[in-house]
Amino acid sequence: MPSPEMKKNAAGRMVPVDINGQTAVPYQGVGKYRPTGNRAAPRIATCVDYPESGNKVVPDLKTALKEAGIRDGMTISSHHHLRNGDFVANAVFDAADELGVKDLRWFPSASFPCHAPIIEHMKNGVVHHIEGSMNGPLGAYCSEGKMRGMGVLRSHGGRYQAVQDGDVHIDIAVIAAPTADPFGNAHGLTGPAACGLLGFALADSQYADRVIVVTDNLIEFPCIPWQIQGNNVDFVTTMDAIGDASKIVSGTTQITKSPDRLRIAEMTARFVKEAGIMHDGFSFQGGAGGTSLSFAIFLMDMMREAGIKARFVRGGSTKYLTRMLEEGLTDYILDGQTFDLDGVRSMRENPSHVDTSPFTSYNWHGKGNFASMLDCVVLGATEVDVNFNANVVTHSDGRLLHGIGGWQNCLSSKCTILPIPAFRDRIPVIVDRVTTLVGPGELIDVIVTERGIAINPLREDLIKAVHGKGLPIRTIQEMKAEIDDLVGGAPKPPELEEKVVAAIKWVDGTVIDCVRQVKV
Amino acid sequence: MGAVGQAGRRGDRVRSDCWIAVSPRESGGITISLKSKVESMYGDSIRKLIEDGLEVLGVGHADVEIVDAGALPFVIAARLEAAVKRVLPDTAAEFLPEAKPFTKYGTTRDRFRRSRLYLPGDQSKLMLNAGLHGPDAVILDLEDSVAPGEKDAARFVVRNALRSVDFFGAERMVRINQLPAGLEDLRYLVPHNVHLILIPKVESPEQVIAVDARIQELKAEHGIDADIYLMPIVESALGCWRAYEIAAASPSVVALAVGLEDYTADIGTQRTNEGRESFWARSQVVNGARAAGVQAIDTVFSDVTDMEGLMESVLEAKGLGFDGKGCIHPRQIEVVHRGFAPKEKEIDKAKRIVLAFEKAEADGLGVVSLGSKMIDPPVVKRALRTVDMAMRSGLLREDWREGGADNA
Repeated sequence: MPSPEMKKNAAGRMVPVDINGQTAVPYQGVGKYRPTGNRAAPRIATCVDYPESGNKVVPDLKTALKEAGIRDGMTISSHHHLRNGDFVANAVFDAADELGVKDLRWFPSASFPCHAPIIEHMKNGVVHHIEGSMNGPLGAYCSEGKMRGMGVLRSHGGRYQAVQDGDVHIDIAVIAAPTADPFGNAHGLTGPAACGLLGFALADSQYADRVIVVTDNLIEFPCIPWQIQGNNVDFVTTMDAIGDASKIVSGTTQITKSPDRLRIAEMTARFVKEAGIMHDGFSFQGGAGGTSLSFAIFLMDMMREAGIKARFVRGGSTKYLTRMLEEGLTDYILDGQTFDLDGVRSMRENPSHVDTSPFTSYNWHGKGNFASMLDCVVLGATEVDVNFNANVVTHSDGRLLHGIGGWQNCLSSKCTILPIPAFRDRIPVIVDRVTTLVGPGELIDVIVTERGIAINPLREDLIKAVHGKGLPIRTIQEMKAEIDDLVGGAPKPPELEEKVVAAIKWVDGTVIDCVRQVKV
Repeated sequence: MGAVGQAGRRGDRVRSDCWIAVSPRESGGITISLKSKVESMYGDSIRKLIEDGLEVLGVGHADVEIVDAGALPFVIAARLEAAVKRVLPDTAAEFLPEAKPFTKYGTTRDRFRRSRLYLPGDQSKLMLNAGLHGPDAVILDLEDSVAPGEKDAARFVVRNALRSVDFFGAERMVRINQLPAGLEDLRYLVPHNVHLILIPKVESPEQVIAVDARIQELKAEHGIDADIYLMPIVESALGCWRAYEIAAASPSVVALAVGLEDYTADIGTQRTNEGRESFWARSQVVNGARAAGVQAIDTVFSDVTDMEGLMESVLEAKGLGFDGKGCIHPRQIEVVHRGFAPKEKEIDKAKRIVLAFEKAEADGLGVVSLGSKMIDPPVVKRALRTVDMAMRSGLLREDWREGGADNA
């Protein structure tokens, strides 16, 4: 495959302007790209074409796909609510294979290692390429240049935007639903595969030509609450099991035991406190990674001690956020996904634990969104550079290993903090230039490593706020020099092929960087 | 030939270490087969390090196999040297990494030794960030935490760590093996700015004297002036019985420590949380140390998840007269420091004594008095230390003299 035409974007990265035959706009800078005109509209449906009884149940997934008119080259979407326990996406492409369909574009909200069987479907031609996060084996397959089309990685908000812009027209959306009724109303609160909420499927339910709900817990109408509205659903079908519960939510959320990570988490919480971000009525978002969880626990202690209460916190929720809510340390959890059984229970039982979606929180084409209202977010990264640019999708050897998730969208918060180790094994995390640019440095305010805290020079307010508070504030260059000395010099940059294997979209749909094939 | 020297660790669970096998040959130069998870980034640099090392060690012809899981250069060098010396035991040359400037600070006899963090001598990964957690001292351990078959290899790791790792101002201690093996360990430590040697399972002053004599020999051989201090650990009924003699055995001893796991076994009982079975031993060690004019250091608290239990244990140690406690996890350090920090009343009293002392000095008086009471020199010394510790613990501002009586 010849390398596509490339253009230099506003971040100085060469990016493709043609992605799988569609024209792409190079990144123009933060907040610069504002398309005008009207949004893509969904297919017009007419109620008389649907059973008056409200019963849309068909015998199996294969029948549903057939009746939805599946054919070569279509775009099929699925969602990662069932995380690494998902059975549905694999079943969809198995069925498509049996129906003899080829060249499908898979548009998942995220993929997990459990989706490794899709590799077989890429080899046998059923799936043409993936537009969504590619983790584990799928990431390796794509990195090695084996996928036929170019991968496209989008943030959760960027996925909503891509659907609304018409960048991605979904032909058939398949929504795995832990509980549903025959009309297609669905939620994730109960059932053997309970996962909490179904927010990532919202855009798909609204904009796809055909919507299939797949459940293993079909209940009598009405299924309440209808996180997914049956009025958007074409077919309902069942599987014996839509997922492996033990891999959907964890029974017990583990916090980190690593002394270094605990130190990073504690320093992050102290920063939030000393910078004055922790004030009555504040808000924050943290993930479910070990460091992030420990951060929340340290912060909770500090809030209790200072008698401070948050107005809302954003999940992924775990038993720790749930405890905050139940203890009255926050008024609300506005939750994007639930990571453990306590999170699911709380969302089911506590009206102050509210489900959200990429539409409420992250969408570039929303009339505002929740992410920018947050006082701070705490996120991870595989690499950051001396200009605070960050990477979350590739490792320093150039291999695609993670998705973007809500990461890019969260950068719009009032204070973005990345608590990260300064090195992993021998590999420095602070580099001169990130292997893949995913988040522009101007949006990343603070880097916390075990060796100190670096504040983006653009944030003079933060630098002033924590001055003299006893925090180990250092320059990012200083920390980098210290690590390079320890690991025996900066690593050699990866040798990569010319071929572009994946494009990285910015939150507005422009192309911020691309991933090239690794040498094997 | 066919002989192979192997050192290091490999396998799925190994991180930040490597395994090296060296098979010397009669001819044919050096061939290196490298499998590394950081191959694309550091492959060339690893090969170069191996080649340089073999040259220094005088190996001209060999097959070298290396399986690397992100080991740092000083670790690779240590593994290579161990592998070579296992197959060619007569090799005298050492493959020393450059001694980094940040390893070259000194220590003092009377410095605080509230916390000392044990680090297994064969596991470099735990050493790298140890100093960041702010212990008063780190102990690179060659004794109990190293498997008997790895003692030789651990020496190279510890030696190279002393030259390569930034411990951020922590006192640089090494626990050697029980004598006589411990005497042989010293050769790998003394030339590399070790500050203090812990001698385990001491039962007689002669053992301390033997270590001291060997250190003096090595210091002379390498032209080293800096003091290398000793901390004997008594871990048996006999050791505790002779606490004073051991503490007073050499002017190099700065502290006497007690180890209770072995002690309780030795007297035929088990450790309890209340610790009644070890009260005599601990008190004996405190008194022996004080009688010899050195610090008394308590044993470790082994449940790393029980911070409340640790705090109780620290307060008890402080109450018995100990100056410090061993730590086996970095999270224990802060608790230990908090526990040993002086209480507000102690600080206030110490401040008054220090001010009176300074006034007496300024007035050229030989006697310090507070109100109508005369203050003895040991009390003044104690007060100076309390004030110092209060400042270090963030409980007293550096400028407290100007600020009057306000604590921080």
